Amino acid sequence: MTAATTGRTDEEPEEAPDERLARRSPARRLLNRPELGAVMGAVAVFVFFAFVADSFLQASSLATVLYASSTIGIMAVPVALLMIGGEFDLSTGVMVTSSALVSSMFSYQMTANVWVGVGVSLLVTLAIGLFNGVMLTRTGLPSFIITLGTFLMLTGLNLGLTNLVSGTVSTKSISDMEGFPSARKLFASHLTLFGVDFQVTILWWLLLMAVATWILLRTRAGNWIFAVGGGSHAARAVGVPVARTKIGLYLGVALAAWISGQHLLFNYDVVQSGEGVGNELIYIAAAVIGGCLLTGGYGSAVGAAVGALIFGMTSKGIVYAAWNPDWFKFFLGAMLLLATLLNAWIRKRAEAG
Amino acid sequence: MAALVELTEVSKHYGNIRALDGVSLRVNAGEITCVLGDNGAGKSTLIKIIAGLHQHDGGDFEIEGEPTRLTSPRAALERGVATVYQDLAVVPLMPVWRNFFLGSEPVTGRGPFARLDVAAMRRTTRDALLRMGIDLRDVDQPIGTLSGGERQCVAIARAIHFGAKVLVLDEPTAALGVKQSGVVLKYVAAARDQGIGVVLITHNPHHAYLVADRFILLKRGTMAGRYEKSEIDLDELTRQMAGGSELEELSHELERGEEPSGS
Repeated sequence: MTAATTGRTDEEPEEAPDERLARRSPARRLLNRPELGAVMGAVAVFVFFAFVADSFLQASSLATVLYASSTIGIMAVPVALLMIGGEFDLSTGVMVTSSALVSSMFSYQMTANVWVGVGVSLLVTLAIGLFNGVMLTRTGLPSFIITLGTFLMLTGLNLGLTNLVSGTVSTKSISDMEGFPSARKLFASHLTLFGVDFQVTILWWLLLMAVATWILLRTRAGNWIFAVGGGSHAARAVGVPVARTKIGLYLGVALAAWISGQHLLFNYDVVQSGEGVGNELIYIAAAVIGGCLLTGGYGSAVGAAVGALIFGMTSKGIVYAAWNPDWFKFFLGAMLLLATLLNAWIRKRAEAG
Repeated sequence: MAALVELTEVSKHYGNIRALDGVSLRVNAGEITCVLGDNGAGKSTLIKIIAGLHQHDGGDFEIEGEPTRLTSPRAALERGVATVYQDLAVVPLMPVWRNFFLGSEPVTGRGPFARLDVAAMRRTTRDALLRMGIDLRDVDQPIGTLSGGERQCVAIARAIHFGAKVLVLDEPTAALGVKQSGVVLKYVAAARDQGIGVVLITHNPHHAYLVADRFILLKRGTMAGRYEKSEIDLDELTRQMAGGSELEELSHELERGEEPSGS
């Protein structure tokens, strides 16, 4: 405890509690935010590439950076919520691909309208999320194991089923089908703002971040998410529906995987069945850089979105700096370590006062 | 008048293991019933039944005269039975006010715009704690930064605020120092004075004797004794609790020139 806060209790008992509350400086309040480390990191990365890469500050480059960030951020945000709830999902990367594959293949084989495929894909993706959540809450096994199983099964299914249905490793083009233009508008359109071309996924990213923050900080469900991650026994003892909360979090991840998958499909028209492996770790890394504790109970959606921004800036910044993109992963690894150390240091400072 | 909670000859088995057998207990409004027993005596099984975490498989369990079988902690809460656990009463990383309302959060607005009534939650938390005589600097600090005694008190204040008629306290003083224990016992007595029926589980006869009106002694899952406060004094209670003759034997074994330190 700080000297500034402790000393007051006995001296001025008649003082209103609000008075003492106001004494907490804005700087300290800021220090207690979980996303602070990520924001500082993002500023550092931005400044770094602004100096190193000449074209980095051009509007079109920034739009590209935001696009790259948004494709990661759409997933990183719900993954962060899940991690605050104390669980992992290793199947997210391939789940995105599964979602795109189901949508594409169902539309191609069964109907003439892509929207039917989009709907079926939503149901299938949510079912995968439900499977993860129910398996976890019913068996009590670690989510690491359960979603590792889902990850491997989905990887196999993606390749096997696509080969069985299409005879190749990718799906057939669906761009001439009914509903394709309108679906593309929703999931993969471009918006022109001040003469610069922005991808619509940026809006999805910001929307998900806003909704997730609202849920986390201002709803009962948010309180329960923090509680099941920070102490599930205590949460259960005071009547929090622990199983339902965790299943809901897996459904949220699945919903984002569906959005991400539909973007993949309608942006590129065909889907490669082997894609997505490894992305799950990028989402987790973005959430961790954003201040999520691996043990649960702490973190923020804004932080995860900023974590995704760091990834986007790095991956594109390296290109604009005309470096060999082979170095990208090395940079990310170093950044993850730095960010985690920074977060740990800030948290310790904040707690020590 | 029917008791708030009454257990008659209650038993519980886990597979072929007898955890509890023929235990009876009565909780009246404004009284403290103390359950004493050594480790493994069945104290936790007893609270788990009252708290709704487990169901009894023999005997009767009545709440306000009505036979009951609680299926969840929430069902127990709805019947006015609140349990405060020794180590899992709160979520350490969450602010005090979020912990205070956890599981019973008030919302304002409707439909998709239903949101936590944050201002009211903060204010109510501060007021409810003040009424118990707990003056917190900041309800926004993580509850993990409070001392063990303060955390227990917050949990007790929370249970009372949410209209508990029966308060079940699991070893509230177990991990606390002398001074902190005293503070917690003071709040337990304050709860009793507000007309709440209290079940205090402990293995410390000194703490039990300070506040309790009635004592239930458990040993290896069965009732080893049942006393009104007028029927027994502290020394006898301590002796009974430690297993009577076993303790005397032990003190002979330990006695060597100097008196063994009394802890």
